[in-house]
Amino acid sequence: MSWLIKSSIGRKFVQSISGLFLILFLLFHMSMNLVLIFNYETYNFLANEMLGANWWAIIGTGVIALGFVVHVIYAIILTLQNMKARGNDRYASSSKTKTTWSSKNMFVLGLFILLFLFLHLYQMWYQMQFKELFMIEGARHDGAELVAEVFSQLWVVIVYVIAFIALWFHLTHGFWSALHSVGWNNTIWMKRLKVLGNIISTAISLGFIIVAIAIYLGYSNILG
Amino acid sequence: MDKDINIKVKIWRQNGPKEKGHFETFPLGNISQGSSFLEMLDILNEKLINEGKEPVVFDHDCREGICGMCSLYINGHPHGPDGGITTCQLHMRSFNDGDTITVEPWRSAGFPIIKDLMVDRTAFDKIIQAGGYVSVNTGSSIDANAIPIPRDDAEMAMDAAACIGCGACVAACKNGSAMLFVSAKVSQLALLPQGRVEATRRAKSMVAKMDELGFGNCTNTGACEVECPKNISISNIARLNREFLKAKFKD
Repeated sequence: MSWLIKSSIGRKFVQSISGLFLILFLLFHMSMNLVLIFNYETYNFLANEMLGANWWAIIGTGVIALGFVVHVIYAIILTLQNMKARGNDRYASSSKTKTTWSSKNMFVLGLFILLFLFLHLYQMWYQMQFKELFMIEGARHDGAELVAEVFSQLWVVIVYVIAFIALWFHLTHGFWSALHSVGWNNTIWMKRLKVLGNIISTAISLGFIIVAIAIYLGYSNILG
Repeated sequence: MDKDINIKVKIWRQNGPKEKGHFETFPLGNISQGSSFLEMLDILNEKLINEGKEPVVFDHDCREGICGMCSLYINGHPHGPDGGITTCQLHMRSFNDGDTITVEPWRSAGFPIIKDLMVDRTAFDKIIQAGGYVSVNTGSSIDANAIPIPRDDAEMAMDAAACIGCGACVAACKNGSAMLFVSAKVSQLALLPQGRVEATRRAKSMVAKMDELGFGNCTNTGACEVECPKNISISNIARLNREFLKAKFKD
């Protein structure tokens, strides 16, 4: 199994699989957030009863965290190796090759998303699951109300929207690129995968952004 | 109509692999737009020789776009601003009167500079030696249709085989990755029954050699495909990934 670290395609394989796994997680997270628009009670049930400090939720959190850690570590390794492979001398006439902006800035986009993730974990996850798990005072069991409080601050909503725009750029390249790296592509599927990637990244980013804005403007908990 | 133009060429000069390089700008008058880019450099070198100066070193051979020897990075593009051609097929009509043309060598850790604009591309030869061939005793030639091959496969293999190994893909890549070259060389054989026999061994050893020689990890920016003078498709890279992963999972 050492080829997963030693070989370039092996490293890309790990990066792709972890990325695709995180896309699945994002789809789940986004779907759950949408519940906030309709009903706080259902959301609280999902957040506290199903995903609180239960053993399955803790294992799930661990697996997702592992996915993030692997994805970030491999991103750092790949980026450093690529900078070395590129050499010290840059082109004076720069590169005028037409490529998508996101494909060349995956690391920067990812870094920005990671910074947002720390803020997000502190505002949400730390207040709920972490505090409950380690018996720290002030653990929140009313997930929906906590989210509503956080999103009543304008700066949080603005940072949130910018982060998900960054995520959109990250995913529009990431989705098809991941499938390309695991070998699932050819000249016919290339266009289809790119379109599918655009649909998935738009759905994810829009889903998250809509909830934050709806809560800020007071259009949430429609069903009481 | 082609005119005679006055240009300036800003060229990278470097005495040896370890020396520090710098740019030097040469004015050139009355260059016919009908002349090729390399002919323009020939005119420059003739001028330099007549002035008793050292001529600019650059790679070239067939000058008809099939050998893959010419290799210049011109105004931000490998093989110049025109698409689907090599440097030797580039003509001065792609430039205007008064232009300053920046000419640089391929820049990549895998391709160290030998002198001026000439780089060492033997890394590609080493990758081919690692498995880019079919080792069968061919004997006398057999009937052309004895081994049936689907038309699409034959076409795709032929498209991949169009790769001339010039290294523009590595030069264009922000990661200095040689994946387009390696994938074309693996694909041209993997698509045909004669090449299938050794497909797993070939994919593994060519990728291992590519990594060993210090080429980067492909991140699918697609810059290689855009700049490739032979329009090799990056779908070959997906095929290489597929071949390699299949081979590894079989182990």
